[in-house]
Amino acid sequence: MSVDVNFEKCMHCGACAGTCPTNVIFLNDLTPEVGEGCTRCGLCLKVCPVRALSLRGD
Amino acid sequence: MKHEEEHYDLLVVGAGPMGSTTARYAAKNGLKKILVIEKRQEIGSPVRCAEGVTLAFFDELEIEESDDFIRKKVKGAKLYSPAGNELTIGKDMAGDEVGAVLERDVFDKEMAMLAAEEGVEFMLRTQAKGLIKEGDKIVGVKANRMGEEFEIRASLIVGADGFESQIGRWGGIYDVLKTKNIMTCFQYRLSNIDFDSEYTHFYLGSSAPGGYVWIFPKGEDKANVGLGIQLSQLDGSKTAKEYLDDFIDKHEGLKKGQAVDMVAGGVSVEHPPDSVCTNGLMLVGDAARIVDPITGGGIANGMKQAKIAGEIAAEAVQKGDTSKEFLSRYEKRWRERLEDKLWRNYMAKEKAVQLDDEQYDKIIDALRDVELEKLSTEAILKGVAEKYPELVESFEDML
Ligand SMILES: Cc1cc2nc3c(=O)[nH]c(=O)nc-3n(C[C@H](O)[C@H](O)[C@H](O)COP(=O)(O)OP(=O)(O)OC[C@H]3O[C@@H](n4cnc5c(N)ncnc54)[C@H](O)[C@@H]3O)c2cc1C
Repeated sequence: MSVDVNFEKCMHCGACAGTCPTNVIFLNDLTPEVGEGCTRCGLCLKVCPVRALSLRGD
Repeated sequence: MKHEEEHYDLLVVGAGPMGSTTARYAAKNGLKKILVIEKRQEIGSPVRCAEGVTLAFFDELEIEESDDFIRKKVKGAKLYSPAGNELTIGKDMAGDEVGAVLERDVFDKEMAMLAAEEGVEFMLRTQAKGLIKEGDKIVGVKANRMGEEFEIRASLIVGADGFESQIGRWGGIYDVLKTKNIMTCFQYRLSNIDFDSEYTHFYLGSSAPGGYVWIFPKGEDKANVGLGIQLSQLDGSKTAKEYLDDFIDKHEGLKKGQAVDMVAGGVSVEHPPDSVCTNGLMLVGDAARIVDPITGGGIANGMKQAKIAGEIAAEAVQKGDTSKEFLSRYEKRWRERLEDKLWRNYMAKEKAVQLDDEQYDKIIDALRDVELEKLSTEAILKGVAEKYPELVESFEDML
């Protein structure tokens, strides 16, 4: 259960990485990578200035 | 270049202005082997900043003003309430807070070059992937440089890795940010717009809940036009970009503009953390969460902190003691310099976010009538109290 990143929208800004309360989003180079342990809290979806993230399975 | 075999005096993660400046002052104070790693291929780019800054710290930081990175100086700032009440803050009132708009990508490179002149080594496209611990001490980082994995060890590590800081979290230095302490931001650099380019402009109230809309001039008809919104004020139905698009749509002078740049980003508007150090590791700049909670500005605070960080880093390594205890000298000095104002502005932010549009209208209206001597939270509250005492009742503990 995790988060999908739409790279056509992503601005590579790192707002999601700095916000993630379980620290599972990492900007690899400039690209967000979502690791194990996501709790589907949805904060990264909200903080993303361009709606590039979505919860997988929603 | 077999860096895995080298041991550094100081390893700095992140070549933003604070990383470069910490390294520069560590070198100026005698450290010889200093490495800065930066995961980007170009320092300073892409820009994640509105570029508004006071120039008051330039002398102290031994930076010469240059047209290469100072895009425009301004005469002051204009604040607008939702109903359009306007307050102009000139140089005499704002003191050294009124300043200039930078070219951050050029500025960041300049800060790196100043460090390089002092003998600091830079490694680009090199990302910290994790910390190496021995016992209770951080002794190095696991790095990846263009696909090559290796370890870099150093007597002291500095995390200058910005808002997204992993170093601070991996080092167990602080907790996650609360949503009320996170700003989500979006900005266009608009060209061909109509506005008063002698001032920076701030629009308060519901066009940017918990934050503000800024217009920072980059030239006569161009500006950084952006906003920051407190994450706790968003319900998910509207993004920061959509708030900004709505604002621009309502302003004819901006609507006709063309964007030549888009910027997104997060900013922490947290009170100063309890600690920014652990054994073998210290944090600086955005990674240390010392952005001003009211303005969202991080450059001036960060630069002052970075100078102190570099000086103490040199002392610690030279004395062979990089324990958390020794690094408390860093904590002590930056806190003496910055902490009071950060706390005051944090408390003011906590109150300001509760204000509605009508209250902002009244505040700006009241301040137009009084002669503000200085732009401080206290002066503002006193000014408002003269006309609308009921408005400042809840703020009284701050006076
Ligand atoms: C939209 C927006 C507008 C802003 N406007 C203003 C303003 O007008 N005025 C102002 O004073 N401040 C402003 N700020 C804040 C300001 O940009 C920051 O305070 C400033 O950039 C902090 O500098 P820094 O060196 O601490 O971190 P950064 O400038 O963020 O630098 C961190 C560096 O570390 C690198 N890095 C991160 N992780 C790693 C890793 N694992 N390995 C290697 N390298 C890594 C990054 O690539 C980056 O280059 C704004 C911020 C945003 C987002």
